[in-house]
Amino acid sequence: MTVTTLTPTATLPADWRDFFALTKPRVMRSVVFTALCGMLAAPVQLPFVLGFTAILCIALAAGSAGALNQWYESDIDALMKRTAKRPLPAGKMERETALQFGVGLGVFSVLLMGMAIGLLAATLLAASILFYVLVYTVGLKRRTPQNIVIGGAAGAFPPLIGWVAATGSISTLPLLMFAIIFLWTPPHSWALALLIRDDYAKGGVPMLPVVASARTTRWQMLFYAVLMAAAAVSPWALGLAGATYGIIAAVTSAVFVGLTAWVVVQRAATPAEMKAERFLFVYSIGYILAIFATLAIDRLTT
Amino acid sequence: MNPDPRPDLSIPHADLVRKRQRTRAAVLGVILGAFVVLVFAITIAKIKAGMPH
Repeated sequence: MTVTTLTPTATLPADWRDFFALTKPRVMRSVVFTALCGMLAAPVQLPFVLGFTAILCIALAAGSAGALNQWYESDIDALMKRTAKRPLPAGKMERETALQFGVGLGVFSVLLMGMAIGLLAATLLAASILFYVLVYTVGLKRRTPQNIVIGGAAGAFPPLIGWVAATGSISTLPLLMFAIIFLWTPPHSWALALLIRDDYAKGGVPMLPVVASARTTRWQMLFYAVLMAAAAVSPWALGLAGATYGIIAAVTSAVFVGLTAWVVVQRAATPAEMKAERFLFVYSIGYILAIFATLAIDRLTT
Repeated sequence: MNPDPRPDLSIPHADLVRKRQRTRAAVLGVILGAFVVLVFAITIAKIKAGMPH
């Protein structure tokens, strides 16, 4: 007979705060923000209740993807300092509970989006959850250093879904918004990966700084930063956004590329010495928020 | 030494389990109530906007 040994904490039902932590609230916050910007940038404005419902569905879908990601990765989360306190590796919740919560939340968000908003928005929402969980988490993360390059598409869905919720169709601007986040993800994620390289190595995650040199990583960051800058100014260049957006996008993107070039010339090998990488990581968060907020305001006021 | 595999059935532990269950039930109740209000609001918004249900 097999006897399953439980830790004392695992015998307790999980607290509601553990379920909340399972949804990765910080990621959810940025998902909601970019989705809202995509919705506000659209030429059609939804009634408030429907707009709220669409954003709620996108937030719940992000929570579902986060929960399923943590369910699948609980083994490597336990090995990494950054993630060891999450509900599953900390023994605050049974894995099966996390799986049921993630699947339930995902199905609920897609059904509600389909019934309240429309089929295309619901299909994209389902695709974003499946892409994050199956393609990124299961397929790529443990296998290739290109994990966050391809997986970055998952984080790029929200503004596209926000736009589609408002208009019911896809056009050039939401695809450019998708491209901006997609191309922003590698320099942003690799700046962090350079700082916590040892943590990723301990977890066996083949992030680029783990399997290649810091120098290679820094050059790849610059490559994507240049492409991202081109994507960021293109809404203005194509006449889809005004001059205010064009100027702010050009200046902030030039600073982004400049900071990444500064990272490229660094020789720092330990996180304590990596001031440029830390600065770029912090700047990249402010940058993406500024770009999307400016685009939404520009479109609302012109 | 192996940890004791039997569940802890002491009174303080049972109280903690019931407290967690009560809190979760209350949170779930609030969420379900909010969902009912949301579905009602969506229906009204769609009727006002002349959208299909």
